[in-house]
Amino acid sequence: MTTTTIASGAAAPQFYTTEEHHPENGTLLGFWLYLMSDCLIFAVLFACYGVLGRSYAAGPSGKDLFDLGLVALNTAFLLLSSITYGFAMLEMAKNRKGSTLFWLGVTGLFGAAFLCVEVYEFAHLIHEGATPQRSAFLSSFFTLVGTHGLHVTFGMIWLITLMIQVTRRGLIAENRRRLACLSMFWHFLDVIWIGVFTFVYLMGTL
Amino acid sequence: MSSAPPAVHSHDPAGHDAHHDHDEHGASHGTFGGYLAGFLLSVLLTAIPFWLIMGDVFRSPTTAAIVVLVFAAIQIVVHMVYFLHMNSKSESGWTMLALIFTIVVVVITLAGSFWVMHHLNANMMPMGAHDDSMPMSPEGARQMR
Amino acid sequence: MTPTPAPESLLFGRLSLEAIPLHEPILLVTFAGVAVGGLATLGAITYFRLWGWLWREWLTSIDHKKIGIMYMILGVIMLLRGFSDALMMRAQQAIAFAGFEGYLPPHHYDQIFTAHGVIMIFFVAMPMVTGFMNYVVPLQIGARDVAFPFLNNFSFWMTTGGAVLVMTSLFVGEFAATGWLAYPPLSGIAYSPWVGVDYYIWALQIAGVGTLLSGVNLIATIVKMRAPGMTMMRMPIFTWTALCTNVLIVASFPVLTAVLALLSLDRYLGTAFFTNDMGGNPMMYVNLIWIWGHPEVYILILPAFGIFSEVVSTYCGKRLFGYASMVYATVVITILSYLVWLHHFFTMGSGASVNSFFGITTMIISIPTGAKIFNWLFTMYRGRIRFELPMMWTVAFMLTFVIGGMTGVLLAVPPADFVLHNSLFLIAHFHNVIIGGVLFGLFAGINYWFPKAFGFKLDEFWGKVSFWFWVVGFYVAFMPLYVLGLMGVTRRVSKFEDPSLQIWFVIAAFGAVLIAVGIGAFLMQIFVSIRKREQLKDVTGDPWDGRTLEWATSSPPPAYNFAFTPVVHDLDAWHDMKRRGYVRPTSGFIPIHMPKNTGAGVVLSALSVICGFALIWHIWWLAAASLLCLIAAAIVHTFNYDRDFHIPASEVIASERARTKLLEGRA
Repeated sequence: MTTTTIASGAAAPQFYTTEEHHPENGTLLGFWLYLMSDCLIFAVLFACYGVLGRSYAAGPSGKDLFDLGLVALNTAFLLLSSITYGFAMLEMAKNRKGSTLFWLGVTGLFGAAFLCVEVYEFAHLIHEGATPQRSAFLSSFFTLVGTHGLHVTFGMIWLITLMIQVTRRGLIAENRRRLACLSMFWHFLDVIWIGVFTFVYLMGTL
Repeated sequence: MSSAPPAVHSHDPAGHDAHHDHDEHGASHGTFGGYLAGFLLSVLLTAIPFWLIMGDVFRSPTTAAIVVLVFAAIQIVVHMVYFLHMNSKSESGWTMLALIFTIVVVVITLAGSFWVMHHLNANMMPMGAHDDSMPMSPEGARQMR
Repeated sequence: MTPTPAPESLLFGRLSLEAIPLHEPILLVTFAGVAVGGLATLGAITYFRLWGWLWREWLTSIDHKKIGIMYMILGVIMLLRGFSDALMMRAQQAIAFAGFEGYLPPHHYDQIFTAHGVIMIFFVAMPMVTGFMNYVVPLQIGARDVAFPFLNNFSFWMTTGGAVLVMTSLFVGEFAATGWLAYPPLSGIAYSPWVGVDYYIWALQIAGVGTLLSGVNLIATIVKMRAPGMTMMRMPIFTWTALCTNVLIVASFPVLTAVLALLSLDRYLGTAFFTNDMGGNPMMYVNLIWIWGHPEVYILILPAFGIFSEVVSTYCGKRLFGYASMVYATVVITILSYLVWLHHFFTMGSGASVNSFFGITTMIISIPTGAKIFNWLFTMYRGRIRFELPMMWTVAFMLTFVIGGMTGVLLAVPPADFVLHNSLFLIAHFHNVIIGGVLFGLFAGINYWFPKAFGFKLDEFWGKVSFWFWVVGFYVAFMPLYVLGLMGVTRRVSKFEDPSLQIWFVIAAFGAVLIAVGIGAFLMQIFVSIRKREQLKDVTGDPWDGRTLEWATSSPPPAYNFAFTPVVHDLDAWHDMKRRGYVRPTSGFIPIHMPKNTGAGVVLSALSVICGFALIWHIWWLAAASLLCLIAAAIVHTFNYDRDFHIPASEVIASERARTKLLEGRA
């Protein structure tokens, strides 16, 4: 076992370590950095909504369109899915594969419910003629909310993939790391949603 | 070289912090109580702004907007702490540093864009022909005529 | 010319035989050349049975060194393309006077200046900078590879995928004719109805994924994988600049991605972000794209600063003067680069308060940059300077870059900018900093690290020929543009009326020819060096008496970089090791844990290119199919848990023994 006596004075210090050096795993940090970059994509979409969100082009405004009850329901789904994912992580820490999978499944159901409501809302708006093409306000609204929805969709695909992988391989170190990454992703989407319901829906109906 | 006791596991004297469980990572998974507290707080912080807006509590839209934004900011912090387990320790502080840098850049992007575009609109598009949202000042209207 | 839009077919979208520019003789000849050259290369690979080797050793390699070299090759190839565009523009502008139309029709000329800008920034400068960071950073921090080796391979192939799309546009359809940032409304569907802008969008989106991921990768590498003992303030300065550059990449490329996505929504779905009607605002595009665009400038220049720092300190035989101030200057530039973007559009009309804020921040950013120049000068002061090629490039850089920096400060004054905006003065300015800064840095780096990568030095004679033609050619080509700019000549013009301007354009064209000779001499330098590789051989692994860890291992380094992970006690670790009597270990080797090669990167990138091509040509079924395949392939890849292996100790012993022999043979 070697290592390093820090050089003091003239004695030649150790310049290498003869045992295998394991750098720390960088996955979680790397994924966090990715999330930060994703955050900037949303920043651009928020900036667009902020600048163009009152350009109605004589079309409908947020006040005319938004159904806050629906948004509240959707927010509830997302919040619930956040805590159920938390439960999954707690079960994972206790190394209980079955209940981890159960909570992941529940999370997936809440995510699916969220997406269904969002699709319903979009379909309803488009049916009323409030299409993304109608005005810059609607373009930026659909893009911002839709991008969040797209992220949730990818989160769902990822969730299902991970559930299969956990079923097959169990809670091995690699799968735990992946679950931790998805956890960050999922909670991050929650944070973005806070911005969306506040900035777009609540302030849009003022 | 082999004289050091085998249990000593510190081959990096200064560079890294002494995390050496490679599979488990710096980040913690949180506790049941933590998640529950976060959840209850965020339910509260979501419900209040919805109630404020849906119940038309404030007369001035500006006040309402500011209050709602403050709630959002608090809720984001709650999520960061209770769900994303942000603290200055995880990954030797690098996640926190990355977050702070990102917040700075996001603020610059948002505030800068609003500022630049607001002045641009003020200077270059005085009429806002199709927008009921941009009321024309009396002088502006007179000049238009 | 753009053909009249034909009705789209279900099978081929808007792709038809008319998309092949048979009526353009220049393109036909180019195509013939590329086809003959390409077939010859493919034939040679087949003839010498190199496909298996190429696939196993290079294309699927996750070795950061090989990926770095592939990035450099990509950059050099694209440099040839981008520079041919430059020559064509210079030739056109030198002859198209007083009623003579020149040889390039305006629509073609517009595509050429767009392609020139896009290629030089995204597919020459970016890959080369990324290539250097990939190659050098893990070696400098004493790591075995980057943090995510597979992701690195994938990033490279995505960048290449973008380049493939740009090259395809030359022969199938057209490229954007909008200028390199594709401002709407010109880039909107109304004014650019055909495929040019779509090529632009998808090439950049695909390459952008690669750039972003490689940024994440290198940050994680630098943060997590430094050798024991290497604190942040003991990191080599190139690694510091690489860290800051990658921070900029991660924090700015998403903005480009988002803006281009919005532009494509406008084009594909008819949304109203950047349109003139329905409440859209084209100025928002300009605002957003420069929020990416300005940091991008620093993404390119910071690593070049890092290269110069390494070169100056090595060839002066001194520790870099003011290491800490250099680090702080780099960090300050990183942050300030987000606060200056509006100086690219002072004339847009945001008014006095906004313009003065951004004018002042722009001037402030020249302070840390100036500090760096003084650091290099003070390092040289009383140093034993060896004027090898990298040092020559560095000195040329300092002179040239200062001129470019000063014209930059001139442009930062909003009233002056109102006069000089979009004039050739601006063109001269940014070529002055990009060629004089980034490109000179890349050449310094190539000459400096080539022996590390291949085990032999580059030929000096041809290197000097290349250097002098480049430097002199640069001044002859761009000083006239300053003059023309001050006379009020605007950019992106394909013909002129006033014959008195012609002489300046002729001089500039002559300068471009000199640069062409410089590029030729560079290729010759590589060719000659390969021929004379036995003579130029370096067995020590440390031909320049280097100071940082990459010179501690053999040249070229083994796959595992260092048989034993180094332990760092001081800044300039290798210098410290040499000074304090480091003895190279020759026994006790153990198996080394390494990642496995994989073809997944190639597959995913190929699918992305197909998807991009299908979207460009509105071949919806193919776009949907390739997107589904892409997602499926990515998921399948995650089911592969078997991603690493151990290099057996016997292999490590064998290669280390070979090196011992080499070193003894020399002693």
